[in-house]
Amino acid sequence: MAQIFHPATNVIAKATIFGGLFLLAFVCYVAAGVERSPWITHEGMYREQPVPFSHEHHVGGLGIDCRYCHTSVETSPFAGIPATKVCMTCHSRLWTNAALLEPVRESWNLNKPIAWTRVHDLPDYVYFNHSIHVAKGVGCATCHGRVDRMPLMMQAHSLRMEWCLDCHRNPEKYVRPKEKVFDMAYEPPGGREQTALGEKLVQQYHIRKEQLTNCAVCHR
Amino acid sequence: MSDDGHYKPEEAATIFPDGKLARPLVVGTVPRGGRTVTDTIYAVTAPTTAPAASFPFPLDRAGLERGKQQYEIFCAVCHGATGDGNGMIVRRGFPHPPSYYLDRLRKAPPGHFYDVITHGQGAMYSYGDRIVPEDRWRIVGYIRALQLGDPKNDGLATTPPEQRK
Ligand code: HEC
Ligand code: HEC
Ligand code: HEC
Ligand code: HEC
Ligand code: HEC
Ligand code: HEC
Repeated sequence: MAQIFHPATNVIAKATIFGGLFLLAFVCYVAAGVERSPWITHEGMYREQPVPFSHEHHVGGLGIDCRYCHTSVETSPFAGIPATKVCMTCHSRLWTNAALLEPVRESWNLNKPIAWTRVHDLPDYVYFNHSIHVAKGVGCATCHGRVDRMPLMMQAHSLRMEWCLDCHRNPEKYVRPKEKVFDMAYEPPGGREQTALGEKLVQQYHIRKEQLTNCAVCHR
Repeated sequence: MSDDGHYKPEEAATIFPDGKLARPLVVGTVPRGGRTVTDTIYAVTAPTTAPAASFPFPLDRAGLERGKQQYEIFCAVCHGATGDGNGMIVRRGFPHPPSYYLDRLRKAPPGHFYDVITHGQGAMYSYGDRIVPEDRWRIVGYIRALQLGDPKNDGLATTPPEQRK
């Protein structure tokens, strides 16, 4: 019986098999890339807000401490979004005619909260707690970036599990002295010095490094 | 699964008519580890009792340091780091508060400062909802320390005339 396929088609057969594998690998690669991309994680994207509240002006320009507005950040899991009254402590007398602030005044007069758009939102199956991080020397800027340079709030990091774990495996890469937690301008010392300082602080603050990667820490 | 329907603090909630998940504290509520809520929080209210003449607990160094920290978070933006009333917000046009170094404020009982933090006064809104009572006393202690630390200052130079009396 005559051969149906010419011997040269072997090359094509091999090429298709390898090509298929390559294509599969490529698709996985792209999918992983897309999954980590800002399009999915919302990293680095500004959000529209009902009032264009600027951390750049209030924190960077006026030097207001985070805790003036995010009062519960040291004592509870939730940092707290300020009530309209907090804005009114100043804006009852400042910029009282500005159209930008109309929603704030309306909220105050009608006793209706301002509906801020949430920027950071972990999935509901993840447990997160601000107070422990703040108490153990993890700075706001380590997780939220240079808030004092944000004219509108954006998410500075992916908040993916690998991002949390990068620090939970080696907290000494990031911890800083407690009194610098709220300091936006703090620059960690470079390379080996940070490791030395970090290791000292991990000891001093009793950070239980071995347990920090247990699944149950974040999935309870 | 990433939104399983449970509420995070301060989310909008359809289950209450006013749409707020964070419920206002009803008079008589006893927060865990806290004191009974005695009145709703307004911008400015009048104290109902005479100002206390002394501190309810002794203040040590740690207490004063806590007072300094809380003062710098909540008060220094208007009253200035030294209490002269030239804070950043005042420089941007907020009404000028009196200097703490005025004779009348040096003589005022600690309870006066406590009451102003709790209830507000004039242009200054209350901070009773954000500062716990113990920390209010520690702030008062720190203000006293500022006053004692600068005995020669009569405060007149940094106080507008209508705030001097
Ligand atoms: C004058 C009040 C004020 C001060 C001071 C302030 N914030 Fe905010 N912050 C807000 C308000 C209002 C929002 C909600 C609107 C928004 O997202 O921009 C917010 C939102 C945020 C968010 C995002 C919340 C979300 O929706 O996920 C982060 C993170 C944050 N602030 C961090 C900080 C840090 C860090 C500091 C101190 C360096 C700080 N803020 C100081 C008022 C303040
Ligand atoms: C401690 C005082 C203080 C508080 C609290 C405060 N602001 Fe302001 N805000 C100011 C001052 C002062 C300015 C003028 C900015 C300047 O001069 O740089 C301002 C300006 C603004 C502006 C005008 C645009 C801009 O960014 O310059 C908006 C909008 C605004 N604030 C919104 C808010 C909201 C919303 C809140 C409540 C979460 C708030 N502010 C709380 C002091 C305050
Ligand atoms: C270890 C990282 C980390 C540090 C440190 C940190 N945050 Fe956050 N922050 C987060 C994450 C993650 C969320 C989202 C939480 C959620 O979705 O439940 C968040 C949310 C917030 C929010 C929105 C309200 C809330 O609690 O969900 C505010 C406001 C905020 N952070 C302010 C701050 C301030 C101010 C500091 C410094 C004192 C700070 N954060 C330090 C990771 C951090
Ligand atoms: C930059 C460093 C850093 C990042 C990023 C970080 N953490 Fe942490 N986390 C810590 C440190 C340090 C502790 C304190 C551990 C201790 O006290 O033993 C901690 C503690 C915790 C705890 C409490 C552990 C306990 O035993 O109660 C939880 C929950 C937690 N982290 C969740 C998260 C989640 C979720 C994320 C990501 C969204 C995250 N963390 C990101 C440094 C970090
Ligand atoms: C430091 C906190 C932390 C620890 C420890 C942790 N996780 Fe996670 N995990 C997260 C966060 C944050 C997410 C959400 C990631 C996202 O939104 O992309 C997550 C998501 C997940 C998901 C869903 C993934 C997806 O893409 O849908 C699984 C499954 C998971 N974790 C399993 C585990 C297991 C198993 C362990 C223990 C080996 C573990 N996690 C330990 C923080 C943690
Ligand atoms: C937003 C600006 C602002 C902030 C923040 C602020 N104050 Fe005031 N304060 C004022 C102004 C303005 C007055 C003058 C009020 C009047 O009589 O109209 C005042 C008055 C006072 C007085 C009364 C002095 C007198 O005449 O008897 C005391 C005491 C006081 N403040 C203490 C504090 C303390 C303590 C804090 C911090 C917890 C604080 N203030 C935060 C603006 C502020």
